[in-house]
Amino acid sequence: MQVETTVNGKAMSADVEPRTLLVHYLRDELELTGTNVGCDTSSCGACTVHIDGESVKSCTMLAAQARGAEITTIEGMASADGTLHPMQAAFMECHGLQCGYCTPGMVMAASSLLKENPNPTEQEVREGLEGNLCRCTGYHNIVKSVLTAAGGA
Amino acid sequence: MTAVMGTPMKRKEDPKLLTGEGKFVDDIHVHGELWMGMVRSTMAHAKINAIDTAEAAGMPGVHSVFTGTQLQEMGLWAAPLPCAWPVTEDMLNPPHFPTASEVVHHVGDIVAVVLADSRYRAADAAEMVVVDYEPLPAVASIEDAIAGEKLAHAGLGTNKAFHWPLIPDPDALEAAFANATHVVKGEFVQQRLIPAAMEPRGVLAIPSPAGGDITLYTSTQVPHILKVMLAATTGISESKLRIIAPAVGGGFGAKLNVNPDESLAVTLANKLSRPVRWTETRSEAAFSTHQGRGQKQTMEIAADENGKILGVRAHIDADMGAYMMLITPGVPLLGSFLYTGVYDVPAFGFTCDGYFTNLTPTDAYRGAGRPEASYAIERVMDMLSYEVGVTPEEIRRRNYLAGGGEFENLEVASTLVFDSGNYSPNLDMALDMAKMAELRAEQQRRRDAGDKKQLGIGLCTYVEICGLAPSRALAGLNYGAGGWEAGTVRLLPTGKVEVVSGSTPHGQGHETAWSQIVADKLGIDPADITVLHSDTAISPLGMDTYGSRSLAVGGVAIAMACDKVIDKARLIAAHQLEANPDDLDFEAGRFGVKGSPDKGLLIQEIAFGAFTAHNLPDGMEPNLNEQMIFDPPNFAFPFGTHVAVVEVDEDTGETELIDYIAIDDCGNHVNPLIIEGQVHGGIVQGVAQALYEGAEYDAEGNCKNPSLMDYLVPSPTEVPNIQTGYTYTPSTSNPLGVKGVGEAGTIGSAAAVINAICDALRPHGITDMSMPATPMKVWKAINSADSTANNGGGQ
Repeated sequence: MQVETTVNGKAMSADVEPRTLLVHYLRDELELTGTNVGCDTSSCGACTVHIDGESVKSCTMLAAQARGAEITTIEGMASADGTLHPMQAAFMECHGLQCGYCTPGMVMAASSLLKENPNPTEQEVREGLEGNLCRCTGYHNIVKSVLTAAGGA
Repeated sequence: MTAVMGTPMKRKEDPKLLTGEGKFVDDIHVHGELWMGMVRSTMAHAKINAIDTAEAAGMPGVHSVFTGTQLQEMGLWAAPLPCAWPVTEDMLNPPHFPTASEVVHHVGDIVAVVLADSRYRAADAAEMVVVDYEPLPAVASIEDAIAGEKLAHAGLGTNKAFHWPLIPDPDALEAAFANATHVVKGEFVQQRLIPAAMEPRGVLAIPSPAGGDITLYTSTQVPHILKVMLAATTGISESKLRIIAPAVGGGFGAKLNVNPDESLAVTLANKLSRPVRWTETRSEAAFSTHQGRGQKQTMEIAADENGKILGVRAHIDADMGAYMMLITPGVPLLGSFLYTGVYDVPAFGFTCDGYFTNLTPTDAYRGAGRPEASYAIERVMDMLSYEVGVTPEEIRRRNYLAGGGEFENLEVASTLVFDSGNYSPNLDMALDMAKMAELRAEQQRRRDAGDKKQLGIGLCTYVEICGLAPSRALAGLNYGAGGWEAGTVRLLPTGKVEVVSGSTPHGQGHETAWSQIVADKLGIDPADITVLHSDTAISPLGMDTYGSRSLAVGGVAIAMACDKVIDKARLIAAHQLEANPDDLDFEAGRFGVKGSPDKGLLIQEIAFGAFTAHNLPDGMEPNLNEQMIFDPPNFAFPFGTHVAVVEVDEDTGETELIDYIAIDDCGNHVNPLIIEGQVHGGIVQGVAQALYEGAEYDAEGNCKNPSLMDYLVPSPTEVPNIQTGYTYTPSTSNPLGVKGVGEAGTIGSAAAVINAICDALRPHGITDMSMPATPMKVWKAINSADSTANNGGGQ
């Protein structure tokens, strides 16, 4: 079936099996491989993207369910001139990433969190990112990154 | 240029990873690729009666289906998958091929492989392969293995794979225990852990259109070791194999292996002349990637009336799992030398028995043997402090090596020579930062008040052995390779620098740290330095990344290669400036003639001159291109003090880690930002073992919690912020004075957390708590201790 979406501001279309997960539509069909897959139980959040402005784990929905949606992936966060999104810049500033595998999902979830709550407490950041797992950082610097981004916003 | 060594430079790796441009294996695709779908055993131990592949083979998009027997008959393998560390001459090591043919030995053993044109179709077809198993008795735990009534490998006649002793002076050890006032014994379980790097493992093998060469992209820590081992076990010439580890999403030891999937991808791609790929699913990883820990420890300590240690005796039973993988049997031995911790121990004995079970194989996991050792000694030290009636910090002070003062090159009871240490100031700093006196007062207040939430404070003073490794020391342990590392520093005609690293990063920031080392040595802007790594065609020599070795061996090799560059550049500069080499100063990237400040040459100018070779000293080779292969004279021994502060809810048994203080000493620092990140992450992995994680198996050998739904990798809400601090005791094992730090956090934290829980529960008479200390376990311990007390006080 043909699935048409707008991804990072561009009209996209691909012919996929009806059972195709959104994350595989993005990765395998549109070749936007920045969105990662870290589990098969919607536990890790590595695949988090924005759909119509809300953060969603893209392994929890079918591509077909995203027909007509406006999708933002990690590839769409920096400006066209390459300037990092403030959340990306904060992660770099605070060493909020090591291997970088959970990072796209973390950045997407964290930027969505700040949209809902522009001045979160440390505890609110931790609770807001509860659905995103990282094995490298122990979260300390991820939380610091999000608080830094909030302060700079 | 100001110094960049020791500064928190932002990472060069980050922009790509932050924007989705970093390429992991599953991000890379080539035309004509075939997806492997693994048909995995659903039984822990069984005879394969028959496999029906007909339906799977007829499904749309399916290229072929091969059973284990068919693959064996195709002659894909010259030898079984390797174990590089046969710890004893008589160690049992049943052959482990990438697929099982007649008997499966653990749930997840591959019995057939499907090749199809998409990941979905490969998974569909794998499910349609029908296997007729005849169950055999399964050795589903180390207890089963020791009991020996069931055999994990029927043909071996025993489950015991090896016995390994390290008892430098048996008579002294016996005398120590005979003369002791206090003997304290602890029995601990190091539960199996699922490493759970966030990137599942994956492979993509691409045959070249001509020449029979194979390029393997794989999510590995060890491309160089893998290349040698794949060549040896597949029979494909080393010179025809190119291994690339692209962006690798965490390793923690779990990507330090030679896996069935890697061998299958290479050999099938070679046989079929098609690219072959596979990406592990998370729930598959509990079966397709090795696990960590899996030990039972018996730890005894003998002390005099003042708590001064007279001897330490440790025995461990180690669960190898179903097969010996790359360094499976060596993992417990890596810890063997650390069962005496940071203490002055006159007599020492360690024995290890390795056992086969019908479970996923074990192998390296962050710390690999050292967290287990540190846990055992630090738990019994706390037990001894209670026995003697002094505080945990006091019992440690009484026993520190060199009286807690600074030392260099000190031989300890386990026969190793510790490079350097200075333990008391490190402990003092931790106690200060933790505000220990205030914590103890608060603890007492809560005890007196009968507070629902009791406070526990746990201490761990660890030492670890890293910078693997002096090759001769490895020879003594019967390890099948050396421990050197290679580094090349190449000045390009444009004045930029290319650095080739043998050690291979997967999150540690080598590109940044190596740039800092080179920038500092050569006086060149870090932005002009490019670090190449992780591709055996670009970096043909290397021993890779594990055992906290990258900086202490590989970073040092690069620093020493810089020294060679400088030595050669000095001769060129002297020649061109018509000066004596000894009359040249090299500062901030410029050779200047002493006393003539205007006369000098930048190293970039010398590099160009070395490239054109128009005016070099007679007989000198053109170019500045120097390689160093560094084989360290000794290991490095980082140390530190960790303090965990927990609140235990006595009504629910829930433990909350409310504060964590870590004072680490990893010698000199290259990049404090990276060090801090390593410490944080390491600590949380140890905390996870103490509180949350553990692979659980039923009596038939099925893993009950393979997915991230059931296996509790901590989320951001389960861990606190971490307070860090450092002392700086340079290593004597390398010219940079650096020690590793990647595993230190994990080595210190599990013991600190469990010591804290036991400290909180002390009024109940509870002296031990097994890991993970789940709320149910803690609640039961409190209630059972209290009911015993109410019934007459532990009679």
